[in-house]
Amino acid sequence: MTATLSRSPLAGPTFTGLRCKECGHPYEAGARHVCEDVCFGPLEVVYDYEAIKARVSRSTIEAGPASIWRYRDFLPIEGDPIDVGTGFTPLLKAGNLARRLGLKNLYIKNDGVNMPTLSFKDRVVSVALTRARELGFTTVSCASTGNLANSTAAIAAHAGLDCCVFIPSDLELGKVLGTLIYNPTLMAVKGNYDQVNRLCSEVANTYGWGFVNINLRPYYSEGSKTLGYEVIEQLGWQLPDHIVAPLASGSLFTKIRKGFDEFIKVGLVDEKAVRFSGAQAEGCSPIAQAFAEGRDFITPVKPNTIAKSIAIGNPADGPYAIDIANRTGGSIAAVSDAEIIEGIKLLAETEGVFTETAGGTTIAVLKKLIEQGKINPEETTVAYITGNGLKTTEAVASSIGEPYLIEAQLDSFKAAWQQAQATHQG
Amino acid sequence: MAVQVLIPTPLQKFTADEASVELEATSVDGLIEALDGRYPGLKSRLCDENGKLRRFLNVYVNSEDIRFLDNQATALNDGDEVSIVPAVAGG
Repeated sequence: MTATLSRSPLAGPTFTGLRCKECGHPYEAGARHVCEDVCFGPLEVVYDYEAIKARVSRSTIEAGPASIWRYRDFLPIEGDPIDVGTGFTPLLKAGNLARRLGLKNLYIKNDGVNMPTLSFKDRVVSVALTRARELGFTTVSCASTGNLANSTAAIAAHAGLDCCVFIPSDLELGKVLGTLIYNPTLMAVKGNYDQVNRLCSEVANTYGWGFVNINLRPYYSEGSKTLGYEVIEQLGWQLPDHIVAPLASGSLFTKIRKGFDEFIKVGLVDEKAVRFSGAQAEGCSPIAQAFAEGRDFITPVKPNTIAKSIAIGNPADGPYAIDIANRTGGSIAAVSDAEIIEGIKLLAETEGVFTETAGGTTIAVLKKLIEQGKINPEETTVAYITGNGLKTTEAVASSIGEPYLIEAQLDSFKAAWQQAQATHQG
Repeated sequence: MAVQVLIPTPLQKFTADEASVELEATSVDGLIEALDGRYPGLKSRLCDENGKLRRFLNVYVNSEDIRFLDNQATALNDGDEVSIVPAVAGG
């Protein structure tokens, strides 16, 4: 569709097409995601890094909007973006959590307050729907574990695109409601995410829709690079020593790495080794299992965990995530559902950040890796929190306290306060 | 044993743009041979030089990933639906 793209150093798009990540076969920058002529490998966007280098500097980026679009020269769009204020979320210095865990320099990248739908998915969807509109799609879709459905429905509503999204039928109420409110067509599929994903691939074959994570996946996934760029910028134009991020398909993990690599490549940050560690739930840990067994291929599993947002049993980018963890000296670990709940509570109690199950998984794995001596206390470590706890309240509802029910009388309060103090001291 | 095969878009150039074809086969391996018999060259797209399905393709029999069954030896029965799906999607 977009055969020739302008490559002027100062204006126009900075990407030139698509290329197979496996065999290098080139493709035009249309709506396609696999190397259909050769090996079925994933397609990646090809950039003109000389043009980017000529155009960007720390000061041009700092002068940009407080959103992912301050990095637009690194993103695969041609014209004006759909700007819903996505990105540039807080990087918190997590002193209390660091002390609790025995670290000195711990940061939380909090995408639980990303806009507009409180997860990192707003980044990828903002890019995907901008590209969808450029490619002429009027209906957009996705296969989602919940957060992506929220984001696709919301940003489609803002952009005036028709929307039909697919989720597993057993998702948390907040994720279902948080999609329906935008009035898309919502298909709740009787099955797990991998079944939803397969169905969507079949639907994508015959319906002319833009599926953000199927035929638009090369563009969509690039949005996650901004989680790498922002951390560099928020650390004062420096790379961290170690990052910990949740692994579902593995795409986010690979794109944080790509974001770091690109800023090094164009001279925005000095090169430094960064270790990449990944977090999975034991009930769906195909990548962690392969890593532990020294395999470079994934054996799919059937998910059974409360961490539904990362419950992908057949992760598309799993092999690439393993490769990155191995090459950077990182690790990939899995934690139980009970540890995930403790992780959610620990982050909330120490830092005032209420994350969902994926974030609980990340914190629990962070704790585990520290206990195993795999994170040096001196290292600048960044834990990526990708979603908001208010969407998965079911997960923690029975594991937290209850309010004291009292009369509107001082005596009633005094009695309850004494009881509360005894409980807290006990 | 007549089975229905769902063909992904990238391979429909082999099947005259048909998204679904019917073939006789008793196993997934047999189905790959049957597909190649009717649409010469298709096997080399589906499989590597050792006859193993390419890493980036998933095959499902009645919606079940064959890696949960007997992989390419998975038996097929009359009326089964086989779906060939590029693996790189979702997430």
